[in-house]
Formats: sequence, structure tokens, C-alpha cells
Amino acid sequence: MSKTHVTTTINGEPTEYLCEASQSMLDVLRDELDLTGTKEGCGSGDCGACSIIVDDRLVCACLMLGAEAEGRRVLTIEGMSHGDKLHPLQQKFIEMAALQCGVCTPGMLIAAKALLDRNPNPSETEVRFGLAGNLCRCTGYDKIVRAVLDVAAEQRETTR
Amino acid sequence: MHAFDYARATEPSQALDLARRPDAAFIAGGTDLLQLWKAGIARPELMIDISRLALDIVKPRDDGIAIGALARLSDVADHPIVQARWPLIAEALNAGASAQVRNAATIGGNLLQRTRCAYFRSGDMPCNKRAPGSGCPAIGGENRSHAIFGGSPHCVATHASDLAVALAALDASVRVAGPAGSRLVGIGDFYLLPGDTPQRETVLGQGQLICAVDVPATAGRAAYVKVRDRASFEFAVVSVAADLVIDDGIVARARLAAGGVGTRPWRLTEAEAALIGERADAAAFDKAAAQASNGAEPLAHNAFKVELLRRTVRRALQVAGGKA
Repeated sequence: MSKTHVTTTINGEPTEYLCEASQSMLDVLRDELDLTGTKEGCGSGDCGACSIIVDDRLVCACLMLGAEAEGRRVLTIEGMSHGDKLHPLQQKFIEMAALQCGVCTPGMLIAAKALLDRNPNPSETEVRFGLAGNLCRCTGYDKIVRAVLDVAAEQRETTR
Repeated sequence: MHAFDYARATEPSQALDLARRPDAAFIAGGTDLLQLWKAGIARPELMIDISRLALDIVKPRDDGIAIGALARLSDVADHPIVQARWPLIAEALNAGASAQVRNAATIGGNLLQRTRCAYFRSGDMPCNKRAPGSGCPAIGGENRSHAIFGGSPHCVATHASDLAVALAALDASVRVAGPAGSRLVGIGDFYLLPGDTPQRETVLGQGQLICAVDVPATAGRAAYVKVRDRASFEFAVVSVAADLVIDDGIVARARLAAGGVGTRPWRLTEAEAALIGERADAAAFDKAAAQASNGAEPLAHNAFKVELLRRTVRRALQVAGGKA
């Protein structure tokens, strides 16, 4: 099986890699590019731990082939902060203890960012619906939902 | 896991050429195929990436809408003209999967997703769909989620798509392309009953591709009601799509299709017939709903679907009938 050469952009950086046809994007991120912030949970698209944003779409990296990233723009959790300055969602998750074991957190943050990018003024129902693809076995979701709603409210405040 | 080669198609003709190999599979959203591959159920030697073909266009016309097979579920659900004129499609799409899956999965792939029958998905238990002739453990086993319509002694697995149920109620057609050209197949003819060949689920032949779904215009009032075990990211236990044309308070046309109950999307023709010419009121909806489960053949664990289907039909009629 020959390897596929892929030219793509990851977290704003032009990136090239070789991957096996059967390597998922999640495998490529973690095993070839050492971007291990993106987690593997179920490996079947049910848990959202591997959520990444590809060309402004939230997807599961476990259900995408590495070869499919050709020419795309990929955002992972490693690209969410600006240097040492955390993204407001990251800061709020810490302040509100919206995480415990942390395995779901990178995917949850990326999914929350994708949600707010599309809908800056979500209702609680919309947040819960938008994050339905991200499972968390620790928090009971309430702190996560409140953190996302708080960030949305603060961002509306600052852009007013 | 089984290794495969990868080829990216840039033109539909090239994709069809590559697919002459019997061990090739098309991949677009990948949300079902990669699950099946990881479970060892799909074992292609070649994955043909069709996700960049220009078959993702949603094109409304006066008499209907053509939805490209590679349009993503989320893009179709968010399309303002789909929402305004075919809300049934938008509702059905938003009732399924998660944001991640709706963003990746395509219209064509959704229609071709395989059943969620746990025996099929196990990858190693007997299953006539996956390993023809090996038997169907669902018939005498755990069959709460299985079909009450259209089953055979070889298979009772339900079709899992919400979209297909909406399309069945809208009399949509599937445009199929193959080496010999393209043809239009009504959604009612697209899916096959399991009979004694449950491994064949559609009329699509090896190397053929869905290019688009054609949906006729409708003046109907629509509702998609989905009953499931949790509020989101779950397949239907029972779902009903209703499309009602009401003139001066009288039902002029009624189209009803159900999911979660049939081995393919199931039109409820007797319930439809019971509505025509009736005043669109609670009494007529009750009378029609009572006909919804006629002919059902429940199994040991799914007899509850007989009554649940009637109630879901009643709810869908109330919601659709109540829309101005």
C-alpha cells in the first residue's frame, strides 16, 4: 500500500505529511504530527472527543481519513489559544470547573467554539443540542453548558 | 484493520471508471463507511474519495428541488429554501445524528447507511445481511428495535435513515449514475425488501453512484415526529413524516411515511386513504391513526411499536394539521 502525500494547513501552519490510506485524521494528528490534544474516545463518531474543525465545519477526526485533509484548513485544540492567552472558552471552563478528568475537554471546547462561531446567541436548548455529539462522563454537562452560555453573553457584551 | 488503497476522484466519470473494480467503495462523508470498516464489516481494497465531485449543489426549481448527493446534511438542513418549502426535510435531518456527523455526512450516504441492527453491527454474530446464509439471530433473539413491517424469515432489520422517511412521504426520486448513464428511481422502488437476499438493500448496482435526489414541490403542511430513547443523537424507535394538503378544512391529499418500523421506509397507505375527503380534525386524525399499524407483524420484543406507531401518526397529523 503506497502512502499518500498531503499538503494542508493545521492551526494556521502550512503542513505536509505522508500517511497510509487507512490512517484516520485522528491517527495522523496524534501519531504523525504529535498533536495529541485531540483525544480518541470511541473511534466511531459517538463521543466527540476527537472533534476538530475542518474548513469551518466541526467533524470527528476519527471518521475522516488523513488523506482527506488535502488542501483543507484544520483547527485542533492546539490552535485554540493565542500563544499563552487562552481562548475565552478555555478560561471559562477553568473558572467554572467545567471539566474533571479532561478527556472530553479538547473536543468539548472545539465543539463549543464551532457552535458560538455559527450562533453567537444560543439558547440553553441550542447549546445542549449543539453539544449532543460530545459525551462527558464526569461533569453532568451543566457546568459546561453554563460556561458556554456565559462566554456567549460576555462576547456579545464586548462586541456591543 | 483491513488496509486499503485510496484514490481521489475529480470527475464523476473518473469515479465510475475506478469503481469498475468489484472491491472498491465510494467514500464521501465516511461517517457510516468508516464505522463499518473499523468493525470489519466493510472490507474494500480501494476507497474512492468522491467528496470533491461537484455533486453538492442544492438547486431549487419551480416544480421541485434537486439536492446533490454530496451535499452535507447540515447544509441542506440550513438551506433557507429547504426550510421554507420542504421543512419536512430540514426537520428530519435535524432530528438525526450530531452536529459533527451532520457536518460530514452526505445526502447520498445517508440514504445508503446500513442498518443499526446490533447483530449486523457486531461484525461476528450470524447475520444474513452481512454473511448471507448464516442465519438471523434477531428473529428469535433481541428484537426490540426491529421491524414490524416488511420482514422475512431471513431478516427483520429496520432502515435507519430519518431523511429517507421524509423523502418517502414527499414522493422523491433518486438519480442513479452508472457506466451506462443515469436513471431516476422513485424512492419507493429504490429500497428492496429483504426477502431471501437481505444483503441487497437497494437497486444500486456495483459501481453505481447516487448523484442527486429530486423532490417534487409540495403545498402540504408537514411534520416529522421522532420517538427515540433519548432526546438527541439517537435513531428512531418510531418516526412519522406527514405531508397534508388541506383545502377549506378538508384533507385533499395525505402522505404518511414511517421509520423505525419497516425494513425500508414505510408508506402508511391505509391511514392516508382514511384521511382523504375528511374534515381535518381530531376525529379524522384518530380514525386514520387507528389504521396505521394494519398488517403489522410484531416480534417478541417489539409489539409495543404497533400502538406507538398509531400514536406517533396521530401526533404527526395534529402537528401538521395545526400548521397554518
